[in-house]
Amino acid sequence: MPAPAPHPTSGGPAEVLVVGADLLGQGRADLLLRDGRFADPATAGPAAERLDADGLVALPGLVDLHTHLREPGREDAETVATGTAAAARGGFTAVLAMANTNPVTDTAEAAEHVAELGRREGSAQVVPVGAVSKELGGVELAELGLMARSSAGVRVFSDDGRCVHDARLMRRALEYVRAFDGVIAQHAQDPRLAGPEACCHEGELSGRLGLPGWPAVAESTIVARDVQLAQLTRSRVHICHVSTAETVDVLRWAKARGVDVTAEVAPHHLLLTTAAITGYDPTFKVNPPLRPDEHVAALCDALSDGTIDAVATDHAPHARHDKEHAFGDAASGMLGLETALGVVLETMLLPGRFGWREVAERMSVVPAHIARLAGQGRPLAVGEPANLTLVDPAARRVVDRSASASLSRNNPWHGRELPDPVVATFWGGRATYRR
Amino acid sequence: MRHLLSAADLSLAATTEILDLAEEMAQVQARPVKKLPALRGRTVVNLFFEDSTRTRSSFELAGKWLSADVINVSAKGSSVSKGESLRDTVLTVAAMGVDALVIRHSASGAPGQAAQWTDAHVLNAGDGTHEHPTQALLDAFTLRRHFRRTEPDRETFAGKVVVIAGDVTHSRVARSNLLLLRTLGAEVVLVAPPTLMPAGVESWPAATSNDLDEVLPEADAVMMLRVQRERMSGGYFPTAREYTVGYGLTRDRLTLLKPGAAICHPGPMNRGLEISADAADAANSLILDQVAAGVAVRMSVLYQLLGGEDAPTPIRGEA
Repeated sequence: MPAPAPHPTSGGPAEVLVVGADLLGQGRADLLLRDGRFADPATAGPAAERLDADGLVALPGLVDLHTHLREPGREDAETVATGTAAAARGGFTAVLAMANTNPVTDTAEAAEHVAELGRREGSAQVVPVGAVSKELGGVELAELGLMARSSAGVRVFSDDGRCVHDARLMRRALEYVRAFDGVIAQHAQDPRLAGPEACCHEGELSGRLGLPGWPAVAESTIVARDVQLAQLTRSRVHICHVSTAETVDVLRWAKARGVDVTAEVAPHHLLLTTAAITGYDPTFKVNPPLRPDEHVAALCDALSDGTIDAVATDHAPHARHDKEHAFGDAASGMLGLETALGVVLETMLLPGRFGWREVAERMSVVPAHIARLAGQGRPLAVGEPANLTLVDPAARRVVDRSASASLSRNNPWHGRELPDPVVATFWGGRATYRR
Repeated sequence: MRHLLSAADLSLAATTEILDLAEEMAQVQARPVKKLPALRGRTVVNLFFEDSTRTRSSFELAGKWLSADVINVSAKGSSVSKGESLRDTVLTVAAMGVDALVIRHSASGAPGQAAQWTDAHVLNAGDGTHEHPTQALLDAFTLRRHFRRTEPDRETFAGKVVVIAGDVTHSRVARSNLLLLRTLGAEVVLVAPPTLMPAGVESWPAATSNDLDEVLPEADAVMMLRVQRERMSGGYFPTAREYTVGYGLTRDRLTLLKPGAAICHPGPMNRGLEISADAADAANSLILDQVAAGVAVRMSVLYQLLGGEDAPTPIRGEA
């Protein structure tokens, strides 16, 4: 059964012929984009726009499992329109929009509203994530089944920003979503070991800077519990933004036992270290916090060997006035959509840790599968939805936070040279970004 | 010196200069008329995001005795809760044309951030659980005087052992004192229950111990840190009684000290918890000397920051 194509608002030429792209680094071919799908290039009409892709690599459109779009509620920080424009700029054709908006996405109506905003204003497919608990309160289950049955078809549930800390609630949530092939995406942070004030990896630097510590075990102990709950309930658990070597060890153990667990890592945890906060710059305040070198190395290894399944941005826009506080008082989070692929190339592809096929796997195919998105992360083959990202492997630039599609400027890469690979993004055959 | 944000900013030479000048300032303090014209025309703002009577008063007097115009801005709760960012608050105050901002904040690092946003000199008057450099300077001033009673020519603290005991994890006083005492050449021993010893302390330039009795006989000075009673609800230690038995400077422990060893406390004291009345009021207690030193040391620091190269030009015709 062919996967349904998304139906973005139309625009641009009816046909685009991409000439000579290197498909996932496996060999050169032409791609014809017609009516939202890939078609046989030999059938291209004379009016087709020709896009010379000499030297470019073609990837399936990227899928971000972890985006904060801030709409509804904080449209001064980001909107569906600006957040998905940033996504398109970063090569993404689908984003999962986290539930911690205002109001919280904890009902079918709220989820449908977010999905509708995406259809109307998005430059990428917007897939709502439903809250696990009402109002993210961690006490009672949200209407998981109604969100799943809604036209938004929610499959990923998360209280992200907060941990589902109550073990019984977590168990019930895991059991309950099994009925509709849902997954619980856990923000693993034991609130007793790392409370709301925790803002610096607990270690030498937290002691020296006098910042409340966020110990690595506050993450790994929750993950150890949740993989066992997933095994008990024969359900699916996904671990958000893995940040510690200890969590990687737990994931390896769980996967070896056959637990249905998947995990993501954020680009910033692959490259930035605790040292970035030495000057108390809140741009580098993020939750979970940046970790020391040995954790960063463990995360890169885990992404390389598949212990960590996916890269997800945790794109977290914040208004300037929510960041320009003392470090401990400032909002947590950093931008990520526009720079994610560049960071993955810098940390994984260029050092030879993996190739283009793995880039496509970890940033498109696997995230789409975790979220059960039928039309994303598909092969670049005739008949498939035309979700395509064209990248120039050699392009680099110094990141400039003012040159962003996002409304916010909390960009931790500002001033740093990174690969800047995305040349064009097509979502359902429509160009959502062209350099 | 542009700012004073951390005791680590101070070299041995700079520290000695501040302490020597503070001695001169202390002479002024003893006069019936205490005012010096050194900072006439200069404006100092005490920007306090956290309550503090003694530090604020001390800076206020220091500025006034140097003839600076000093105003106090209490910004407690004004930033996050009122929607004004720290940057807005700092820039708003600085825009009034101030020469120095003396900043106290409950969050670590705030004065350092402020220093990046403003041209004014920034003086850290205590930031969260990070640092309190003028407290370290006044402690050094007090201890130097104490050591000089028996060794008048002593310049550094080489060969001296200073024990800092109590809630090291949450103490900005401990961090600044450790840095400055090391600069002055002292050996430092940190004493706390393991729960109140900061992460990574093994990399600090100090010995550590969980046993106060073991280290007191070596001490030339002991600094007792204030223990917040709310630490008990955080599970750092079970009861006040147990803390006192393990880590309080009790009357019994006074007998372990060398004759003449100094007793210090940054205040305010929890008498009966971390320090007994016998210790606080002992002949070797320097606690009131510390308070008295505060004004002289802060006069010295303000002068170092403001009295130098860019002194105000007298208005033409007035000179």
